[in-house]
Amino acid sequence: MLIDWFTVGAQALNFLILVWLLKRFLYKPILRAIDEREKRIAGELADAATQKAEAQQEREEFRRKNDALDKDHARLMDKAAAEAESEGKRLLNQARTESDEMRAKLLDSLQNEHLTLTQALVAKTQQEVFAIARKTLEDLAATSLEERMADVFVSRLHALSEAEKAALSPAGDSRDALIRSVYVLPPTQRALIEAAVKETIGAATQCRFVVAPDLISGIELTFNGFKLAWSIADYLASFEKSVGSILQQPKPDGRASRHAG
Amino acid sequence: MRLSPDQLVFWRHGFVTLNETIVTTWALMLALTIGSMLVTRKLRSDIAISRWQSALEILVTGIQQQITEVGLRQPEKYLGFLGTLFLFIAAANLCAIIPGYEPPTASLSTTAALALSVFVAVPIYGIAAQGLGNYLTSYLKPSAIMLPFNIISELSRTLALAVRLFGNMMSGAMIIGILLTITPLLFPIVMSALGLLTGMVQAYIFSILATVYIAAATQASKE
Repeated sequence: MLIDWFTVGAQALNFLILVWLLKRFLYKPILRAIDEREKRIAGELADAATQKAEAQQEREEFRRKNDALDKDHARLMDKAAAEAESEGKRLLNQARTESDEMRAKLLDSLQNEHLTLTQALVAKTQQEVFAIARKTLEDLAATSLEERMADVFVSRLHALSEAEKAALSPAGDSRDALIRSVYVLPPTQRALIEAAVKETIGAATQCRFVVAPDLISGIELTFNGFKLAWSIADYLASFEKSVGSILQQPKPDGRASRHAG
Repeated sequence: MRLSPDQLVFWRHGFVTLNETIVTTWALMLALTIGSMLVTRKLRSDIAISRWQSALEILVTGIQQQITEVGLRQPEKYLGFLGTLFLFIAAANLCAIIPGYEPPTASLSTTAALALSVFVAVPIYGIAAQGLGNYLTSYLKPSAIMLPFNIISELSRTLALAVRLFGNMMSGAMIIGILLTITPLLFPIVMSALGLLTGMVQAYIFSILATVYIAAATQASKE
């Protein structure tokens, strides 16, 4: 007997149970997992598409901004270059002006220095010359310098031309003749000078002797607006002139003069 | 020589018998269920899935695809019945590789039970799909004269299903048994491999025929 009907029934039942079991444990979970995954993948793909679109948009935005930035950059660079150029020119001009000013100041100070030096030299020279002359005169003539000066002054008075004498002759009431000298003249010199004055101008002339240190050395007669003078200052003035011309001849530039000073 | 595993009876109480066919079937059911449970217990819906899950997904979607290709539009509805038919027959036949195992499909009782299940399932699915009236009138097509032929066809194809599977499986086991007595080396291995192929083919044929019958029953009115 090939067919056992109990077995047939049992196997049919077994098969139905197996159908239920596999549905419960195999098909449903598997299909659910597949569905979920497909849903998930679809969602992720949609997300990715959205993100891609967003990224594309952002890229466009970025590119646009970048272009704008490049343009701005170029513009700012041009502007900065122009500003730098003008500023450079301005600074150069300023520096040039300042340097000119400084040079002028330097020249001024050099000139001042030169002047001071010249004056000091003149003063020193005067003193030296005076001392030497005096000493020489004393040594040679055994007379004082003042005596010699008086002699010279008297000889000058005598040497006046007639026209000059006429100019000296008294026009008004004034009879005072002012004799200025550096030192107090000794009485002999005074008498000598007074005699010479009276002889030249007139016997009524009163001589007044005054000490004037600014003459340095010499005698000066002031009478009736006329002035006759002999002093070393005159020689010194001419000497100073000649020394000054010697000093000015090699016109010093700033640096050379500074070293010289 | 035993022609059927039914003949090996472990326990009998009157009409109720516990033979090798039933016991083997239970073992297969247990293996299939536990295997499914183990894999589906840790199912993931991520992109990265386990290999077992991947294998089962291929199997299930493959069955679904076959059902769809035959012409059933909603494969999920038929997946339970037709998929289980294929899986059970395939598992029963593939286990023939285990020494001492006799496939339950080599028992005419099992194949008859499966064929009867198909025989019952076809009208159930047909009526569910197109209603009782429409389904019954399909027996009168193309004309009323065809009614007896349609009924005969229904019965005969059920018988054919049962006997085809039984014959193939039984013969495979028989041939291997006979060959073992004649040429005990190498040749039975070749035949055994051939038997595995036959088993898979039979599982496929059985389930695909069941699908075709159901498809015919559910779509008769639409055509």
